[in-house]
Amino acid sequence: MSQFSAQFEAERPDFAAIAAWIPKGSSVLDLGCGDGSLLRYLKETRGVRGYGVEINDLDIVSCVFNGVNVIQNDLDAGLSDFEDDSFDFVILSQTLQATRHTEAIIKEMLRVGREGIVSFPNFGYWKNRLNILNGKMPVSRELPYQWYDTPNVHLCTLHDFEDFCRRCSVSITERSVMCGEREVRVLPNLFGSTAVYRFQSSI
Amino acid sequence: MDKSVGIVSAQCAWFDTPLTFRSGAVLPRYELVYETYGTLNAQGSNAILICHALSGNHHVAGYYAGDEKNLGWWDNMVGPGKPINTDKFFVVGLNNLGGCHGSTGPASIDPLTGQPYGASFPVITVQDWVESQARLADLLGIKKFAAVIGGSLGGMQALQWSLAYPERVAHVLAIASAPRLTAQNIAFNDVARNAILTDPDFHGGNYYQHGVVPTRGLRLARMLGHITYLSDDVMADKFGRALRTDQLNYGYEVEFQIESYLRYQGDKFAARFDANTYLLMTKALDYFDPAHDFGGDMNKAFSRAQADFLVISFTTDWRFSPQRSREIVQPLLHNRRNVSYAEIDSAHGHDSFLMDEPQYMDVMRAYLDNVAKECAR
Repeated sequence: MSQFSAQFEAERPDFAAIAAWIPKGSSVLDLGCGDGSLLRYLKETRGVRGYGVEINDLDIVSCVFNGVNVIQNDLDAGLSDFEDDSFDFVILSQTLQATRHTEAIIKEMLRVGREGIVSFPNFGYWKNRLNILNGKMPVSRELPYQWYDTPNVHLCTLHDFEDFCRRCSVSITERSVMCGEREVRVLPNLFGSTAVYRFQSSI
Repeated sequence: MDKSVGIVSAQCAWFDTPLTFRSGAVLPRYELVYETYGTLNAQGSNAILICHALSGNHHVAGYYAGDEKNLGWWDNMVGPGKPINTDKFFVVGLNNLGGCHGSTGPASIDPLTGQPYGASFPVITVQDWVESQARLADLLGIKKFAAVIGGSLGGMQALQWSLAYPERVAHVLAIASAPRLTAQNIAFNDVARNAILTDPDFHGGNYYQHGVVPTRGLRLARMLGHITYLSDDVMADKFGRALRTDQLNYGYEVEFQIESYLRYQGDKFAARFDANTYLLMTKALDYFDPAHDFGGDMNKAFSRAQADFLVISFTTDWRFSPQRSREIVQPLLHNRRNVSYAEIDSAHGHDSFLMDEPQYMDVMRAYLDNVAKECAR
């Protein structure tokens, strides 16, 4: 493993869960791929062939620098550049809560890919609940923004997301809930700060 | 500001092997002028070819001795420490066949007749250019280019390289380009050509013998072209409705600053460019369509490509809009090529590809630094 991959695993433990679900040599589309770290990590550790989609100018430069394929596009404008069933996995990591047309994006993910993976900060995490109880919006490692500068418009809890999937005919095949680097098994909607889901179309 | 490659000089290559054009016409012998910057490494793996657009030429970077003002057309991009880094790459720029800056073209003397080719110079295509460029590469000892790079019509040549010689190009950078022109784009070219073809001084393309040049036609063609290279915003910003004098004259003389600017650009261009070359260049643009031989299927056309691609467009470019660049990206995605696409926020329309837009320069630098690392391996 390269120094980059080792460092990355330490900094983003939730991505170990994502990598564990992706067989070697899969094709992957990473939506809102940021600086391309996840794709680079998956390329180095799982030998995936993949592309990222990102809107931010600085991130585009970082992706190119990281040697990761990146397509500059606005996720909310859809994925019309990508053909049906052209990827094994479509990943949306830490981006779901910042998308405007959330249902449309989930549908697009399952049009373009055979399976979807999302990760998002769990708004039901006890510390978030405690913040609200104290009358303040939560600000944390997972939710690092103030209410007035946050890009997050669709925050949800584990229960909310699972209800949403049922309503959208999306079947969840695996779930991994984390708190920091630890996997959470007891009362995950209360004790988990980050949720990772693997899903496919149930139609 | 990074430094320039400094004093450069043009070189000339003679070719005696006949070149058969896509049209069926044959050019028995021809000359290509070119410039090179940097040093070809021992493995010959660090060469970059720069393909020029409609009005470009082989003078890509640096300046000629005693003429320091005459900088190459892409001097901001090509040089020591610049995105196309001549400390790391061996960069080749040439004047395309049919051009008017030294390579064999309509104004050159046809050895068979002793007269300028004029109207008899064959209509040339992007494929023909790439063929001639490959022969130049052979001559320079370049088996495979680390990258072929071009903007606009130059981008089409870069794309064509990946299709005609998939094993001879590792990276293709197509900037402000398109996989083929739209009807609107062909229409602009047709109006430009008509301006030249209907100039009484055109003489069916054989104006050289008459001692005249179709200046009015070429000037009009350039004025029209120039409008399409700028964005509405830039024109509004730069000229708005400003007048040359402070009052309206209610006549047909030049009154608005934009009129004055366009005429100046037209005059400047008509004084240095050949009308027949302009006709050839616009035709090459119109004909380019890799899908033509594949029943219109661009996915099939690009199935031959093996290179990695960087595709760049500019938000206010309406002559080669971002949508056209996406049409390059789509068949590459279909064929699972490595491709990155950047859409640069720029006010300067199609001309942006020649500007110092920081985001554009950063993307180019990041990409080419990785290419340089590959070459060194």
